[in-house]
Amino acid sequence: MDALNQSTSNMKTAIQVNNLSFFYGISRALENVNMSIFQNKVTAIIGPSGCGKSTFIKALNRIGELEGKVKTEGQVEFYGQDIYHPQVNLNQLRRQIGMVFQKPNPFPMSIYENVAYGVKIGEEKVRKSDLDLVVESALQGAALWNEVKDKLHKSALGLSGGQQQRLCIARALAVKPQVLLMDEPCSALDPVATMKIEELMHSLRNDLTIAIVTHNMQQAARISDYTAFFSTDESRIGRMVEFGETKQIFSFPVDTRTNDYVSGRFG
Amino acid sequence: MPTPITNNLARRNRQSKPDRADRLFRYLIYGASGVSVAILLLMGWTITGHALPAIKQFGWGFLTGRDWNVPDLKFGALPLIYGTLGSGLISLIFAVPVGLAVAIITSEDLLPKWLRSAVAFTIELLAAVPSVVFGLWGFYTLIPILLPIQQLLHVKFKDIPLFSTEPSGSGLLTAGILLAIMILPTVAAVSREVLLVVPTYLRTGSMALGSTRWETIFRVVLPKAFSGIIGGVMLALGRALGETMAVTMVIGNTENISPSIFAPAYSIPAILANTFAEAQEDIHVGALTYLVLILFAITLVVNVGAIGLVKLVERGEK
Amino acid sequence: MNNSETTKLITPLSPLRSLFDRGMTVLALILTIIGMSPLISVLWNIISKGLPGLTATMFSKPIIDEGFANAVVGTLTMITIASLLSIPIGIATGIYLAEYAPDRKINRTVKFLNTILTGVPSIVVGIFTYDVIVLTSKKLFDFSYSALAGGIALAILMLPIIALTTEEVLKLVPNNLRLASSGLGGSRFQTIARVILPTALPALVTGVLLAISRGIGETAPLLFTALFAQDWADNLLSPTASLPILIFNLYNDPDPVKNQLVWTASFFLLSIVLLINISARLFSSRAR
Repeated sequence: MDALNQSTSNMKTAIQVNNLSFFYGISRALENVNMSIFQNKVTAIIGPSGCGKSTFIKALNRIGELEGKVKTEGQVEFYGQDIYHPQVNLNQLRRQIGMVFQKPNPFPMSIYENVAYGVKIGEEKVRKSDLDLVVESALQGAALWNEVKDKLHKSALGLSGGQQQRLCIARALAVKPQVLLMDEPCSALDPVATMKIEELMHSLRNDLTIAIVTHNMQQAARISDYTAFFSTDESRIGRMVEFGETKQIFSFPVDTRTNDYVSGRFG
Repeated sequence: MPTPITNNLARRNRQSKPDRADRLFRYLIYGASGVSVAILLLMGWTITGHALPAIKQFGWGFLTGRDWNVPDLKFGALPLIYGTLGSGLISLIFAVPVGLAVAIITSEDLLPKWLRSAVAFTIELLAAVPSVVFGLWGFYTLIPILLPIQQLLHVKFKDIPLFSTEPSGSGLLTAGILLAIMILPTVAAVSREVLLVVPTYLRTGSMALGSTRWETIFRVVLPKAFSGIIGGVMLALGRALGETMAVTMVIGNTENISPSIFAPAYSIPAILANTFAEAQEDIHVGALTYLVLILFAITLVVNVGAIGLVKLVERGEK
Repeated sequence: MNNSETTKLITPLSPLRSLFDRGMTVLALILTIIGMSPLISVLWNIISKGLPGLTATMFSKPIIDEGFANAVVGTLTMITIASLLSIPIGIATGIYLAEYAPDRKINRTVKFLNTILTGVPSIVVGIFTYDVIVLTSKKLFDFSYSALAGGIALAILMLPIIALTTEEVLKLVPNNLRLASSGLGGSRFQTIARVILPTALPALVTGVLLAISRGIGETAPLLFTALFAQDWADNLLSPTASLPILIFNLYNDPDPVKNQLVWTASFFLLSIVLLINISARLFSSRAR
């Protein structure tokens, strides 16, 4: 932990999570999570299924609240602002903390309209020419521009799975978020498409902070700077077991459970 | 462990020993399934057959004839087609927004779950009320409510053709509003079903980009559900066009084409209900049968269109 | 791009957007209340005018003696005939659609035609039955308008509804039950009769009850088939009164006694229909 503190002293924290617990109805899904998501880094969240990693990431932009009655305890601070403050503007929050989902979910409209969607619902008026630029740069940013520039006005549903997922990334990028949350973005994709997304994340890191949930340990090892390992026991309550630099988590895990999991001796 | 067998094999599995009960049962099932098919075909055939002499006699001019005069034995169907389509369209103007609102309220989580079920239940009960009871209610309760409003509109906006005649209570507008109430459950139920199958991940995706609930409904959910909703609306229109008793009791029963929605009118089902039994002359019966064919054809087209649209949506889901 | 200068999270939504969001919710709620109000008005109206006039004689005397007993019996007779005809044939058609249809094309055609049949206006069904049954019986036998013809007309309306709901209900029976039964050597008939129908029974009952409640209230199909009668019907082959036709024929009658009869008959008809309808729904929700 000392090593961690040293290397992070000169880094900015984008999201700070303190003692976060999460409830669906009355049943507790997550307990006492403490971790930081550092600016311009990729943070991977790994763990066996049912450990609450997806619940956790959905608590960071409060999108989990759409899934029914949920309750949180503890604190999540986004650049020092409490996102669970009762007066928080959820629309504003979700524009700054964007999200890419497990299953590519482009809207049933054209590629262009998909990317423009978030910009159009924004508060300030955007001119058509500016919108074109935003759409192009978002698609460039998601490494999709060259593949779709000739069919911008065709339906997004005609794209391949991997392209759809990059379109969803472009759609999120178009509203210029500070943080991008990715919930197992490659689980529905083939290896080639997965590789493209991973390369993309690598380049996006210069402008963005990324948190990614993945069940694929190799992927976490390849792409992330920091890793948090979540686990659960008989109580079915998810807990964060260990958090640290990816190198350390995979080479010298402190906790035996982490060791078991990363070396493949778990579940 | 039994060997796993695939669905296909299991369904086509032929008995090695021909089982008598099994075979008899199969014939019964095959026979029964032919009944409704036979009825529909027979219906199309009889109605067309009976209307043929009238079609030969009146020709296409029947559809555009503006005069329906029994004593002079002159028959033109336009006033009746006008009354049928007019009251149907008016009913859509009222039923579609209300039905959509009900569908959205009962499919989105704007209200607690028990309240949503209560709303859905109430609207479904509306569909159970017999048409003749609606007619009675329309005649004794709805007309007294609507009449003062119609009179006010007539006094204030006399110069607009739509409101140009002195309202008497019964008329095209009253029939349209009563029909709207009757088809509301259909619009609401079909739209609700279509909205419920719009995948949650589209809603979440839109909210994750910072849109509000209603921005999501208008920009993502409704466009996605559009063709299914149109299908439901057409289904409801089919119901409205064929509705008989309630319309007969409030439409005014006058063969009349007026630009005013307050004027009394007449619809095809209503004139059939009122005059089919007492028609004496062959030419009168022929004209009425021609009307039956027109009604049959209109509702057939509307219903086939509706089924097609709903099918299209179902296929899109896969 | 990534300066830590973030927009304040505690900035309210722009007034226009929040007005739109709230306004639409309010508008949708208002429209929904407007949509529900007719039912409440209908119930209130029919109960308040129909219930106080209810007398015992109404259930024992025919219309001519200021009761509606013959209409009640007529309605029950015709719905019974309609049920006897439409329930077996409808369920069999549903079984065909769900279990037997030899290929998808035939299945789709039969289903499509049944759906079309549900959309045929009830007055057209009435006139069709008049053509086929009433006119034929007049020509061949010595009766014309009858409870039998009325029952057949109602059956034509109920048949496709029962067929389509049966199909839907049977499709919900898990396929592994079929596999299990035929895996034990059960024939198709045995599988359907002993496993599938019993499993689907509660939902099937609901579907049939809903079709019956629809049939009881139908008026238009009876206009030219059962016609009407002031007094008791002689038999199944003579003109027969029914509650819906009573309401339609007498709703405009200036005689206050007849008028009261109409309201009380409506109250009674609506009660039966809603009772069957609600119990059908409760039955299926309990079964689930």
